[in-house]
Amino acid sequence: MGLLSDRLKSLLGGARSHANAGLAVNGGSAPRRIARAATKETVETRQSRGLDQFFGSFRNETGLSILDLGGACQDNVNFITSLGHKFYSEDFLRIFNETFGDDVADQSNPGRIDFFLRKSLEYPDEHFDGVLAWDALEYMEPALLVAAAERLFRILKPKGYLLAIFHSAERKQMAPCYTFRIQDLKTLQVCQYGERAASQQLFNNRSLEKLFQKFESVKFFLARDSLREVIVRK
Amino acid sequence: MSVWNKQRREEEPSRPLNTNPVRPAPQAPPMEAKKEATTLSSMSNMPAGRMEPETSRGGSATIGKAVKIAGQIYSREDLYVDGDVEGTIELMDHKLTIGPNGKVHAGIKAREVVALGSIQGNVEASERIDIRKDAKLVGDIKTARIVIEDGAYFKGSIDIVKTEPKVAPSQPRQQPASAPAAVSAAAASAADAKR
Repeated sequence: MGLLSDRLKSLLGGARSHANAGLAVNGGSAPRRIARAATKETVETRQSRGLDQFFGSFRNETGLSILDLGGACQDNVNFITSLGHKFYSEDFLRIFNETFGDDVADQSNPGRIDFFLRKSLEYPDEHFDGVLAWDALEYMEPALLVAAAERLFRILKPKGYLLAIFHSAERKQMAPCYTFRIQDLKTLQVCQYGERAASQQLFNNRSLEKLFQKFESVKFFLARDSLREVIVRK
Repeated sequence: MSVWNKQRREEEPSRPLNTNPVRPAPQAPPMEAKKEATTLSSMSNMPAGRMEPETSRGGSATIGKAVKIAGQIYSREDLYVDGDVEGTIELMDHKLTIGPNGKVHAGIKAREVVALGSIQGNVEASERIDIRKDAKLVGDIKTARIVIEDGAYFKGSIDIVKTEPKVAPSQPRQQPASAPAAVSAAAASAADAKR
């Protein structure tokens, strides 16, 4: 009976995997995936060719719908609305963290993936002209990553653009957390505020092309310190 | 106890209403003060027998953290909500503050909105909206100006609506624009009279 109800929850509401359910029952004392505020923020300003390309493609257009997956940030709100666009905000990583916590296995559970996508990317098909995904996709395990890329493809309009950033050129246990603040068309302020468990995936041009294979084009900008900016067009 | 109350009641009618607006309002009898301590604080400032809220800017109503309201709230003074509200809140020319304990599940229309607690619903703030650190807002925003502190949670869309600059009263073409305002003011006063 218990097994049956677990199964039903998994299908309908996205039940946690057994490992994670155990954690929750035992008081949920597992460390948070993001270690925030304990360390000082470090701020760096850098040129971003990806950003330039992203907004360059919308030049002379206003009233577009732009989704920012990095949560609400004053700089980004000001910049995007000053261009005459409508700003949409999703705190993608916060929802990711609340949904999966430290449980990597849970990211392969179809019910949980569906639950997560309903919480974070529940929008009509072809709703957005542009999506700023920043580094949100970098921390996901393969099953979830593919599902998220699929959903992003659906909510983007044809000829819409997506900007994503991938840091990891090598496998690491922990990866820094960042917020990305737009300063102008070509300049990003990158604030590092802690660390999170890194995905064990390797992101190179080939794997990213495979991930975004449904999109019409994928363009890479390799910057210093192994940062890879990716612009994909639907 | 009853003798004291009786004496006070006899005194009250002889006191003229609104003698001096700057003077602090007379203290309500102890029984009434007890009843309203956790609910609508602005009511305690009003003279007895007059339930209409003040229209002055200084006036402000408070919904305390132990209060839960379901329905429509329409106010002609600033409002501070630290309790639970479900329904709609309209403060057309006034400021709404959702306190840190406030949980609002409502559509909001106000001149200015400051969020420190939780809001679920669409917000229209004609002048500005301020979403403070630790606040949570899920809904679509229409406003002229927005301030979001780091750490605030926001899910939804932001539409910046440029407000038209107010035309000086000496200009002749202002007259047709002011007509609807007069109508709405009349409607508001009619609604007040009904109440």
